[in-house]
Amino acid sequence: MATNTAAGGASNLLRFWPWVVIPLLALILPQIFDSRHGITLLSHMGIAIIFALSYNMLLGNTGLLSFGHAVYYGLGAYVAMHVLRMVNDAGGEGLPLELIPVVGAAAGLFFGVIFGSFSVRRAGVVFAMITLGLGALVHSSSLMFSDFFGGEAGLFGNRVAAPSLFGVDYGSNTNTYYLVVAWALIAAIFIYLLRKTPLGWMANAVRDNPERAQFVGYNPTIVRFIQFALAAMFAGLAGGLFVITDEIVNDESVGQIQSGIVLLGTYIGGIGYFIGPMVGAALVTVLESSLSSYTEAWVLYFGLLFISIVMFAPMGLVGIVHTQYLTWKAGGWKGNTGIRLYMLLAGLVGIFGAICVIELSYHYFRSWDPSAPFGLMGFTVNATTALPWLVSFGIAIIGFGLMLFHGKPMLARRISATSEGGNA
Amino acid sequence: MTKRNALELKAVKKNFGRAEIIRGVNLDVHEHERHVIIGPNGAGKSTLFNLISGRLKVSDGSIKLFDKNIHNMPAHKVNRMGLSRSFQVTNLFQNMTVMQNLRCSLLWSEGHKYAFWKSVMKQDRVTEHALALAEELNLSSQADTPASLLTYAEQRALEVGCTVASGAEVILLDEPTAGMSRTEANDAIQLIQRMTGKNTLVVVEHDLSVVFELADRISVLVYGEIIATGTPDEIRNNAAVQEAYLGTEVH
Amino acid sequence: MFETIAYSILNGVLYGTLLFMMSSGLTLIFGMMGVLNFAHASFYMLGAYFAYTLGLATGFWVALFLAPILVGAAGALVERYGLRRVHQYGHVPELLFTFGLAYVIEELVALFWGTVPVPYKAPASLDFTAFSLMGLDYSMFKVFILLVAIVMFVGLWLLLKKTRAGLVIQGALSRPDMVGALGHNVPMVFTFVFAFGCALAGLGGVVGGIQFVTDPGMAFMMGPIVFVVVVLGGLGSVPGALVASLIIGILQTFFLSINFSLAGAIGSLGIEDSGFFGVLWHMETTRIAAVLPYLLLVLTLIFRPRGLFGKREA
Ligand SMILES: Nc1ncnc2c1ncn2[C@@H]1O[C@H](COP(=O)(O)OP(=O)(O)O)[C@@H](O)[C@H]1O
Ligand SMILES: [Mg+2]
Repeated sequence: MATNTAAGGASNLLRFWPWVVIPLLALILPQIFDSRHGITLLSHMGIAIIFALSYNMLLGNTGLLSFGHAVYYGLGAYVAMHVLRMVNDAGGEGLPLELIPVVGAAAGLFFGVIFGSFSVRRAGVVFAMITLGLGALVHSSSLMFSDFFGGEAGLFGNRVAAPSLFGVDYGSNTNTYYLVVAWALIAAIFIYLLRKTPLGWMANAVRDNPERAQFVGYNPTIVRFIQFALAAMFAGLAGGLFVITDEIVNDESVGQIQSGIVLLGTYIGGIGYFIGPMVGAALVTVLESSLSSYTEAWVLYFGLLFISIVMFAPMGLVGIVHTQYLTWKAGGWKGNTGIRLYMLLAGLVGIFGAICVIELSYHYFRSWDPSAPFGLMGFTVNATTALPWLVSFGIAIIGFGLMLFHGKPMLARRISATSEGGNA
Repeated sequence: MTKRNALELKAVKKNFGRAEIIRGVNLDVHEHERHVIIGPNGAGKSTLFNLISGRLKVSDGSIKLFDKNIHNMPAHKVNRMGLSRSFQVTNLFQNMTVMQNLRCSLLWSEGHKYAFWKSVMKQDRVTEHALALAEELNLSSQADTPASLLTYAEQRALEVGCTVASGAEVILLDEPTAGMSRTEANDAIQLIQRMTGKNTLVVVEHDLSVVFELADRISVLVYGEIIATGTPDEIRNNAAVQEAYLGTEVH
Repeated sequence: MFETIAYSILNGVLYGTLLFMMSSGLTLIFGMMGVLNFAHASFYMLGAYFAYTLGLATGFWVALFLAPILVGAAGALVERYGLRRVHQYGHVPELLFTFGLAYVIEELVALFWGTVPVPYKAPASLDFTAFSLMGLDYSMFKVFILLVAIVMFVGLWLLLKKTRAGLVIQGALSRPDMVGALGHNVPMVFTFVFAFGCALAGLGGVVGGIQFVTDPGMAFMMGPIVFVVVVLGGLGSVPGALVASLIIGILQTFFLSINFSLAGAIGSLGIEDSGFFGVLWHMETTRIAAVLPYLLLVLTLIFRPRGLFGKREA
């Protein structure tokens, strides 16, 4: 919706293709990444996407910054887990597995209504702090009330020992994945349509100018409250799906880290775009699971990426692409495409160098024997000698230097030259 | 002939901390009249509007809208009871287009409330109404322009449009022509007269030629008190007013 | 009971003064810049680590002065090259920036100093028993913490009340929109205040790192509690931060030391330690102590968002 930001109603690019491309991808990807690990990762992506979309109902659409959205995800997961266990205990009789996420959604809605009723009176910093406090309270409580939360170990369930509506065998990871895809699609459609309703419009209005919203008859608190409760519902849905894919839930799911990750992912993707949170959530899931087994430094990469986005590209990754696309469509790339590509290349070289530096540092400071041979980008180096450091720093400095001090002024000159030429 | 009062203010006071800004205002605004409030800068005119419209809480006194107490009601409730206002400093949804601003202003009065099961764009009555308003405001050609990209005069016009859109009985306009050129101000006044023909209108206005042309009655607010209320002729001939206000303005 | 109360007051005051050292800078920064610095506790952590490393070379006393200065310099850099840029986008991106920064600082600390605690200890000159009370020894270092906190509060008070810079800051605390009108170089003032606030947190870290543990988790451990102090005291209010620090310090210590539960006091009355109310009935105060600050945070924000002493709402 155009009211959402610069995303603009004018651009069809971001309007229709995601609804074709993303479901297609969701169907094709499991053919490519068909390992057990790959399918699990894809399932987690689907769940993270629902969770991030629900988060953006708050941050992007209503301007509410929450540090405790995992409360609804986690409580949804716990309640869904209890229902799954009841079904397990009843010998696989009762609620079909496909509908377990609905239980999560109902729980999310329930707690969203309760906690939302006093969280949303004010927006901004007060709201952020209340959600932070609530998140910490619920997380601590989850370790105290071990009957319900299963203590540190958490709770286990068995998705196979539950009936299926359609006779599907959920012993197969792939089948479970398709269940996630189906729910993700349903959730995405609903969240998308919600933005077009009077509530969705007024959520934007309240975000931009709560006072004006009052003077057209709307109570900002109620607008926020309904958005909050609905967002909590979708978060609970995501939690319910997690119970199905992982068959375990523990205190981490309501924890502050979970709340932090959804915030980071949503923002990195771009809060002004519907697909922003999807891109961000997918990226973060991949980074978290693949990078963390590959390098110790993944949290650092993650934090640096987030800070760079906040500082240099507040519209997120999708925003960067979209801005470039708009410029290109308006003919802004004419005569300077080469320079743009050059800047991109130089930037990538810089990032490459920076990654080398970070990896070297981790090896140097954190490994038992810093002088042990260390595989870096296909080379075997000794981190206690100067050469790899010099090369790495050199690449980083040259890359970023060329981008910022050569490419950027050149682009500016070329653009101003073109526009003057146009005027002449 | 006794007229019904649209607004009735009794001994309304407002202080910020120790500073008493509104010092016991009594004011009746008759139904369907055009009531202009004049007074020097800092007299408390905007503050008075903020009190009436629920943006600020009164410190003392009472405000009635069609015989119902509205003081200290939240702004959205006052709005729903039939009072709408514009601001001295333009206050629109800047990221939204002209049509989106107008649609937002219509949603509540068209009964859509907090609905989350229907699409705004499919509400034909809202669309028709908003298109008609855009036409009346001479903003049809800018219908899809974000409010932030309109000229100042256009923004002010849109603000009037959004204020009137909900069909509120009572309209408060705070300096609708401030900062405009002569011709722009004339256009704005004509627009206001056209669009608020059936309403009760309370306007804060500085330009005295406009005031005397527009007003059925005038109230003069000086230093938080209303020192006179009357027809334009009465006000013109009122000694206290001449001394306190007009005299200083003439030269 | 009297002993418990005396004990918790003494230790609570000690803990409270540490909280105050951390939170006074945060409340200043928020009051002036409107930035709720999520990474504030990270600067506290940096203070501890800088002092530890410097102390190895220069000894504790030099580090006590140098470390906060270094932390302040780090703060100035963050403000100048990070926050100032984000400032134009509004307060929410500022909060997000500091949120990301907290992650990055934690990782960098873990990178350079490792994930296990470093052996940061009180200097020998302070490491002796100053006095004993009811069988418990109090080391000179604890007395020293108290002294540092007092000096800091008095110093802050003098700075705010008696100097020109303080007047500007004071004015800005009550009317942030007016700083520019006073003809001051607002960006410079912001950088200074941010750096100063970070240096205060750094000083807290220099002593706090010794009193508690110095490990990369210490920032995330203290971060939320510092928020609680600042919100409860009233955003922007230095005396409020002091009172709130002491309240939280004493309450938490008290809850930790009394080991009370309804079941213990009244008897279990046949209520089992399960189910929602059963667990509450048997809940020991020591466990409540951990959630107490958050409970206070939420309750304050709901019922009194401007805190105990705040003039403005958050
Ligand atoms: N929120 C406020 N806090 C403190 N003083 C205020 C506030 N709003 C207005 N004032 C003061 O009230 C007086 C009247 O202001 P205002 O109503 O805007 O005057 P007018 O609209 O007649 O020019 C001014 O002196 C102004 O400084
Ligand atoms: Mg005014």
